[in-house]
Amino acid sequence: MKAFLKPLVAAVAFAAAASAQADITIGISLPLTGPASGLGIPMGNYIKLWPTSIAGQPLKVTVLDDATDPTKGVTNAKKFVTEDKVDIIMGSAATPVAIAMAETAAESGTPQFMFSPAVLPAGKDHWAFRLPQGNAVMAHAMIEHMKKQGVKTVGFLGYTDAYGESWLNDFKAQSQLLGGPQIVATERFARSDTSVTGQALKLVAANPDAMLIVASGSGAAMPEKGVVERGYKGKIYQTHAAATRDLMRIGGKDVEGTFVVSGPAVIPEQLPSEHPSKALATDFVAKYEKVYGAGNRNQFAAHAYDTIVVLEKVVPVALQKGKPGTKEFRAALRDAMETMGRTVVSHGVLNYTKDNHWGFTTETGVILKVVNGDWKVE
Amino acid sequence: MDFSIASILTLDGVTNGAIYALLALATVLVFAVTRVIFIPQGEFVAYGALTLALLQLGQLPGTVWLLLALALLAALLDAVAGLKRGLGAGAVGRAAVKALVFPLVVVGFAVWAAPRQLPLVVQSLLTLVIVTPLGPLVYRIAYEKLADATVLVLLIVSVGTHFALTGLGLVFFGAEGFRNPSFWDARFSAGPLTLSGQTLIIFLVSIALIVALYLFFERTLRGKALRATAVNRLGARLMGISTSGAGKLSFALAAFIGALSGLLIGPTTTMFYDSGFLIGLKGFVAAIFGALASYPAAALGAVFVGLIESFGSFWASAFKEVIVFTLIIPVLLWRSFQHGHHDDEE
Repeated sequence: MKAFLKPLVAAVAFAAAASAQADITIGISLPLTGPASGLGIPMGNYIKLWPTSIAGQPLKVTVLDDATDPTKGVTNAKKFVTEDKVDIIMGSAATPVAIAMAETAAESGTPQFMFSPAVLPAGKDHWAFRLPQGNAVMAHAMIEHMKKQGVKTVGFLGYTDAYGESWLNDFKAQSQLLGGPQIVATERFARSDTSVTGQALKLVAANPDAMLIVASGSGAAMPEKGVVERGYKGKIYQTHAAATRDLMRIGGKDVEGTFVVSGPAVIPEQLPSEHPSKALATDFVAKYEKVYGAGNRNQFAAHAYDTIVVLEKVVPVALQKGKPGTKEFRAALRDAMETMGRTVVSHGVLNYTKDNHWGFTTETGVILKVVNGDWKVE
Repeated sequence: MDFSIASILTLDGVTNGAIYALLALATVLVFAVTRVIFIPQGEFVAYGALTLALLQLGQLPGTVWLLLALALLAALLDAVAGLKRGLGAGAVGRAAVKALVFPLVVVGFAVWAAPRQLPLVVQSLLTLVIVTPLGPLVYRIAYEKLADATVLVLLIVSVGTHFALTGLGLVFFGAEGFRNPSFWDARFSAGPLTLSGQTLIIFLVSIALIVALYLFFERTLRGKALRATAVNRLGARLMGISTSGAGKLSFALAAFIGALSGLLIGPTTTMFYDSGFLIGLKGFVAAIFGALASYPAAALGAVFVGLIESFGSFWASAFKEVIVFTLIIPVLLWRSFQHGHHDDEE
């Protein structure tokens, strides 16, 4: 009997000690495989560099792969809520997965840090906060630049998916607000298309002052080459999903002179010294490239960096209301996000409010120009 | 829409159609000989284009290791089957060595050649030599044991093989896309049309391949054996034709055609690890035009699919894919009315 009691007592004592320590538990679901793995892998890389504690509380971080699959994302979220009893759910970096996870987060009353600019129906984002920039603030920076360049008409060539659609709507709305250029032709394509000849012919025939191409990563070069091949000579703009070196790697000479809107985190060296994010962006690039090699900076990894900046601000506030692992703590975290005020991060300035869970102010968008196969801040 | 736009769209459609035609021919060939609806056809397109892309970067593509792994697995399966049949260990060993020599030579050469940045033509040939043997190996491992199963079972195996090959493609090539250098940079102008060297190469190679396939089926013993297997498997077997050998040959041709299409299309677009599927699927739609049996009808169907796609992207780019795949419905209706009740040939 005694031999049996001893380990039992030890186990109980251990369990009690563990709960007294009150770890902040974070469950993260990332697309480490599948089509969006190009986004998830760099984020996972930076999460490995996270500090082990925040505001004196140890961090307990679990990262699960959702394979860019909404069903798996929901399974992960449910596991976080029921088994791990997490204080914060994070992810996913893939928009459809992030949207699917939001339901579970909201039902359980757990704050969700979305790593993608996911659009939720009105009133459904009570518990969700986006870390990446929404398309509206990026469109804002782009339209301001177009106005300076004297662009009056724009041809739109975008993905047939949610990303393309959301850019079209946000660009139209922002342009109306700012008195910017008109969209005179709208054409769509899919990432898997082998040619955009038809679309390009129609767009070039409309002869707009500038062409806006909405595509992501290495998929962004093919449509641009298609438009240039059909003899388009005007300005070409690309969105922040195309702000990777894949654009130049695949596009080569044809993408020279392209304007790309981007977050400031990936080009700290060229930011003017008065830019609010200069210091943090420099810090992020130094930390990331020290481990993963020079030139490997990545805008998605920077969102993981910004997450810690935000946590350091909201966790101390929430700790006054409750202990990690409790319902009160989770609710307090959510409230603290809405009231944290202007917070400078590596990607710009965040300022969540009760009605705005997108956070970024218009200080985030930077226009880059492709010059001799490299980025140059405009 | 004026004449110049129409001619540019036609050229674009026929160029893509030429690629679809090659894939449609491969689909028809594989189905006729083995009754397999070969969904992974498109994967070989992606493998071809991306293997060349990695060789261009001076890296060793993962398809080389896939070739080695599949060859070892196939040799092991053959050895086990041989021993079960009561063959001597010596005979089994000799057969295994014979089966492994070619893949080992290819792997050895690829390992030697990858960092050396050989000329584009040599790398293209190497790509074909790496990807083509994957076809018969896939047949040996995934389909051969089920050769007499129903079309539906074989289709399910195809879906599984497709997912496996796509997943492996992601591991080998990563999530980002590649664009290969053009084989021929020349440009020719004729009125509103500009014909690039690559377009000419696509036409010439497609026509050459179709002629070569015709000669192969009409003039060579192996080609005739394939046709005989397609007409009647049991009869062909009674005449001493190895149906398993015919299956492997048809898969080798399918993989070769796929890899070649990948090389042709690689310089004109950005290829991703999963791009092959949709390209292969359009080849499949074209093959449906030929009821999975007629080569000329499939080739014509392919050009038609290419044209519809090209004009569809001009008029209603948001619905282009819908238009192309909706085509299959009237064709299927027409086919089923024409033939009445489908007799069960299984």
